[in-house]
Amino acid sequence: MADNTSDIKLNADSFKPVAANNVDEQEKISAPSLTFFQDAIRRLRKNKAAVFSFWLLAIIIFISIVSIWWTPSDPNAQHVAYANLPPKIANGNIPGFTGKANVGGNIVDKYAAAKVPKGTYYVLGTDYLGRDLFSRLMKGVALSLLIGLLATLFDLVIGVPYGIISGWKGGKTDTIMQRIIEIISSIPNLVVVILMLLLFTPGLGSIVVAMGITGWITMARLVRAETLTLKTQEYILAAQTLGESPFRIALKHLIPNLSSTIIIQTMFSIPTAIFFEAFLSFIGIGIPAPNASLGTLLSDGQKTFRFLPYQMWYPAAVISIIMIAFNLLADGLRDAFDPKTQE
Amino acid sequence: MQNNPQPNERKKLIEVKHLKQYFNAGRRNEVKAIDDISFDIYEGETFGLVGESGSGKSTTGRSIIRLYNPTSGEIKFNGTDISKIKHKDMLQFRREMQMIFQDPYASLNPRMKVKDIIAEGLDIHHLVKTDEERDARVNELLDLVGLSHDHATRYPHEFSGGQRQRIGIARALAVEPRFIIADEPISALDVSIQAQVVNLLRDIQKEQNLTYLFIAHDLSMVKYISDRIAVMHNGRLMELSTANEVYNHPLHPYTKSLLSAVPLPDPFYERNRHRKNYDNSIENDGQIRSLQEIVPGHFVLATEEEVAGYQAAAEEYNLGD
Repeated sequence: MADNTSDIKLNADSFKPVAANNVDEQEKISAPSLTFFQDAIRRLRKNKAAVFSFWLLAIIIFISIVSIWWTPSDPNAQHVAYANLPPKIANGNIPGFTGKANVGGNIVDKYAAAKVPKGTYYVLGTDYLGRDLFSRLMKGVALSLLIGLLATLFDLVIGVPYGIISGWKGGKTDTIMQRIIEIISSIPNLVVVILMLLLFTPGLGSIVVAMGITGWITMARLVRAETLTLKTQEYILAAQTLGESPFRIALKHLIPNLSSTIIIQTMFSIPTAIFFEAFLSFIGIGIPAPNASLGTLLSDGQKTFRFLPYQMWYPAAVISIIMIAFNLLADGLRDAFDPKTQE
Repeated sequence: MQNNPQPNERKKLIEVKHLKQYFNAGRRNEVKAIDDISFDIYEGETFGLVGESGSGKSTTGRSIIRLYNPTSGEIKFNGTDISKIKHKDMLQFRREMQMIFQDPYASLNPRMKVKDIIAEGLDIHHLVKTDEERDARVNELLDLVGLSHDHATRYPHEFSGGQRQRIGIARALAVEPRFIIADEPISALDVSIQAQVVNLLRDIQKEQNLTYLFIAHDLSMVKYISDRIAVMHNGRLMELSTANEVYNHPLHPYTKSLLSAVPLPDPFYERNRHRKNYDNSIENDGQIRSLQEIVPGHFVLATEEEVAGYQAAAEEYNLGD
């Protein structure tokens, strides 16, 4: 080592200026320019659970959209002769989908017993009225997702503007708006829905109205709190001194900076809404017969759960998967949008 | 530039008269951020406003630019009372007066590209018609503040504090203002960058004939850039004079105390430097004080009786010179 260093002769020519006179060169930023969203998506991609949930939800949403136009068979058509058939796929070679059931200790081919024509089979079996459960499940998931979509709509259309106005105006306006929110949120959801039944027939309408009254409150509160901190930020003051109108400030400065809060809260409120609907349908004040929803499927299934468990297993599995997927994706989005809270 | 003997002959751009700014007025948690201050800023000068944290410097700036509505008093800009500006003329007022903010990390919207931040004023006031014109103007402003053109498509988090502050300056300059309030523009920057930004502000002032209200708590930096300095404490003006007078011939004990706290990179001086404590009981004795002219152009907050004492002190300085 020592020998090597003594060999090196340094003089002025050994050094080369590194773009000393070129300010542009010095101040150049070599990293690629990423927008905030590109950066968030890059972080989201690293979260395997969130990515898996995203694709799972994408598939579920795709199937639900298909169900609007096509289901394997009419979900509400009754074939009393084919009631309570177990799941069967094609020839019945796949375990669990054989079309056979245990009746009094004997394995019986229920399809043969019911004289179902060859080539006709029900992937997830049929219910007590002989309706195809797979088609009903498709419709049920579609309805649940529709509820989730409407919840998002209320969050965005009522919750976000309410929170922004309340936070931005401050003072008396804020006090009054927050008291209104507290009054609304002090009434339990279930009571609101039951009161709705006095005005509407049970169904999608009353659920939607109940959500419209109460569903956006968490969003409004979060957006207000965030707006309160944002409005004292100097870039908002700068926009004011430049003469920007409050509406344009909300559009250009507040909403982009609120977007992570909004997206994350939306992702959490969708499963809440889905579960709310399932719960109402389960106790019988939600979606009325004969229409299928995850709640009614679970409610029907649990009546015969001891003898025909498949009627409840599949809807229960699907609702669990949807809930977990939404929550994992929401967690992933929160970490992606707010890297400071991680680690 | 400094020590203009007859400032009264110059045009007054800003006139602040008996400005009071109370927060939560009339309630238990009332804060008198500004308590009856009056001063004028002449066209083309740099008016320095110094004082400790919480003395009301920033509030004064924000009241002048009408981010707050004053509790009482009058602020005139170019002869018109700014509280009486109607909605239509408000936009024009917003163009003529601009502000540079303290925190370069909070003053730029993290979700906007640099060119959109700089062009915000251009868009609001419809100063450019086409996108090409907009880009050209943004590049011009980037040149002015010494940033390179390919910074325009970047986001604020990719820049250092000094670069961000220069972006903030470009944003303020975009609308071609006449008067700029610099609200502690350098206090968040490290010392090498401070000089860069202050020199940039001076160069731009010469180039565009701007008037500055320069708010800071660093007396040496304020002396460097300002023509006249006002010293503020507890929401009141303590002393107001030319930069040299305040720096070399301070009269009010608070100013003396403030000056005694300024460190110099000189070990011999530092070894003998004694921090003068300021006893604020002299302003809380219940007597009504107002700004009194002790020597021409040099005002001190005092009662009628105290004037003679200050005059004697000023006399001593003159003998010493």
